[in-house]
Amino acid sequence: MKTGKKLMTGNEAVARGAYEAGLRFASAYPGTPSTEILENLVQYKDSLYCEWAPNEKVAVEAAIGASMAGVRSMAAMKHVGLNVAADPLFTFAYTGVTGGCVIVSADDPGMHSSQNEQDNRHYAEAAKVMMLEPSDSQEAKDFMKLGLALSEKFDTPVLLRMTTRVCHSKGLVALEDPVYVPVVEYAKKTEKYVAIPANARKLREKLSRRIDAMTKYSNKAEINVAEYNSPETGVVSSGVAYQYAREVFGEGASYLKLGLTWPLPVELIEVFASKVKKLYVVEELDPYLENRLKMAGVKCTGKKVMPEWGELNTDVVRKAVFGTEAENINFEARAVPRPPALCAGCPHRGLFVVLSKMKNLIITGDIGCYTLAAAPPLSAMDSCFCMGGSISTGHGAAKALKQAGIKRKVVSVIGDSTFFHSGVGSLMDVIYNKGNSVSVILDNRITAMTGRQENPGTGFTLMGDRTREVDIAALCAALGIRREDLYTVNPLRLDDVRSALEDALKKDRPTVIITRWPCVLKKFAEEDAKEFDLKGKARAVDEKKCRMCGICGKIGCPAIHTSDRVKIDRESCTGCAVCEQVCPFSAIGEVTE
Amino acid sequence: MNGVRNILLAGVGGQGTILAGKILSEGLAEAGFDVKMSEIHGMSQRGGNVSTQIRYGDKVFSPVIARHEADVIAAFEKMEALRWIEYLRPDGKLIANDFEIYPAPVLMGAAKYPEGILEELSAKADVLAFRADEIAKEIGNRKSANMVLLGALVQTMGIGGVPWDEVIRENVRADYFEVNIKAFEEGKKRANT
Repeated sequence: MKTGKKLMTGNEAVARGAYEAGLRFASAYPGTPSTEILENLVQYKDSLYCEWAPNEKVAVEAAIGASMAGVRSMAAMKHVGLNVAADPLFTFAYTGVTGGCVIVSADDPGMHSSQNEQDNRHYAEAAKVMMLEPSDSQEAKDFMKLGLALSEKFDTPVLLRMTTRVCHSKGLVALEDPVYVPVVEYAKKTEKYVAIPANARKLREKLSRRIDAMTKYSNKAEINVAEYNSPETGVVSSGVAYQYAREVFGEGASYLKLGLTWPLPVELIEVFASKVKKLYVVEELDPYLENRLKMAGVKCTGKKVMPEWGELNTDVVRKAVFGTEAENINFEARAVPRPPALCAGCPHRGLFVVLSKMKNLIITGDIGCYTLAAAPPLSAMDSCFCMGGSISTGHGAAKALKQAGIKRKVVSVIGDSTFFHSGVGSLMDVIYNKGNSVSVILDNRITAMTGRQENPGTGFTLMGDRTREVDIAALCAALGIRREDLYTVNPLRLDDVRSALEDALKKDRPTVIITRWPCVLKKFAEEDAKEFDLKGKARAVDEKKCRMCGICGKIGCPAIHTSDRVKIDRESCTGCAVCEQVCPFSAIGEVTE
Repeated sequence: MNGVRNILLAGVGGQGTILAGKILSEGLAEAGFDVKMSEIHGMSQRGGNVSTQIRYGDKVFSPVIARHEADVIAAFEKMEALRWIEYLRPDGKLIANDFEIYPAPVLMGAAKYPEGILEELSAKADVLAFRADEIAKEIGNRKSANMVLLGALVQTMGIGGVPWDEVIRENVRADYFEVNIKAFEEGKKRANT
């Protein structure tokens, strides 16, 4: 390649940076837009170890352990994952590290694939950990490496804050050779690592001195860089927002591009501000920089003109600052949306077809592909909050209804990976506190929504090794679900799903239904082929019997076309036969020729 | 516009839009340009629309194209052309695959697939429309429609000095290489007529 550089996404670049910096341990829970970091890191498995953790808290704790044992380590997650991992993070800031440790938080401004768009820069200040914000792929690699070095230099975990555009955009990255970093010999340091109150108070005092040192560094850090072009207008920015600002303001403004945003280099900002007449702060989401500038007495314009939520781009920044919009082609906006839907043959469909017809229920949902069942035509979900939340919100609702003497029952639906993530504790709550909600665990044998990652139930690790599978039924039994209250069904057999649900709903005690069938997009393992009959024959409509009642169209299958006459697309039909089971006129059957 | 050129590829999950974008951006990098490419994915496999944005020049800042800024839009599906047309510069060029993929609301009879898309767009922009899927089918594999469109796009942009066959070879399965190259060359011809 003429440039000697490689096109990489920010996520690929973070993985590359970790490899080049001699990282030895990484753990993560998949979550858009962060998933590809570890998916890319595994290509370097000859020189490092990496794993999928059941959740983000476990991932951060494992990274802490690896750091304590003397190697460079990291944990990666999407923004909401850091909520789960916040507990160890706050104390990790006190103890500091042995081997350098970077925690990657991939935020999702614009909520492309998230339930909120929290601004995780606040975590750096709240937990008092150094924060770096790359603005493109090259910086993603450079800052990952720098982060590990700074982590060791200042004895602190470092937060690498990415956003969707940085994670998923590609840019040219210069590759370098990996360095060898020796393992730090283990020494017992109880005052550092045993965070009991007596030690924690000393650690807190030490943390204050560390903050002073980090602040001093931040004010002269190479990644906090001023570009002086014009004394009229100055722009303070960080992350991908800088790229938008740099393009919109062009050569006519001066820039202070911040790569290290906690501790904030206030003195550097004050110097920059003194050299320009008008100062803008361009940042995505919350007025994180702006508020701190104003607290320091720096006059600036930010959220007064710039949106406080949603993703920025050059259009948004241009309109906010200059009030201009360029000419574009006028047309009638009549493109029909393409809402994502459960795939043809998705095993979740059978369960939700049955649930959608049941009355007097509250169906609490969770995070995963099955959340798509909330949309029409299935409309079989009442809530969705966070990973693992379905069973516990369902439990609370069920208790409240029972207390109030209302005869409405609760069904909680949760995926296999989500159950392992944080649903197990919720089910324990239902059993311990004598709830009566029905917990349905949708075991499609993979973490599907984020692109089919292995999990503790699949029998394989991220590194590709075979491993023990969690036996979900045995786990539920161990938690206290009675054998007669535990149902395992094929979700594509509607009668079986219905009878399990009806039976479970009659009971005034905790019940669990496991719907076990692999995701249609899964690369099947030998065991899958043995256990499941995956050679379903495509279905077709017998036009003589079809009366165009439209019932098959209400199962939301993308292979079924009902706008004119009913047709089933042979290429996408997997033969799951859910449509055949709902057809009241027996007009659907296997393709015959 | 600081010399940066902008290409937008729009399609539906499964059409090979992302692969075409990958080949294009790698070719541009090979030619010595600064390149940024952006795509939002996550749910495209579940029937959603897919877009890949590529910006190249001496120095590229924003990884995303602003509305009205695309020099060329290659729409791999007709309605996607309609969805993204506001990103085209008034003097830009739209390459459209005259091919329909019905979205779920149309399949369920809840909405109608818009009629007269190419007529409306042709009246407002410089449009090159052809049936890339049919061309690819004739060549031997309907799935190489993405390469037909890529060929037309490369020709339209006038990007020289790129060993496209090498970049394509690196990105497709060996047994599909011939058909992909044929499709790519056929696409280039379409842009010339």
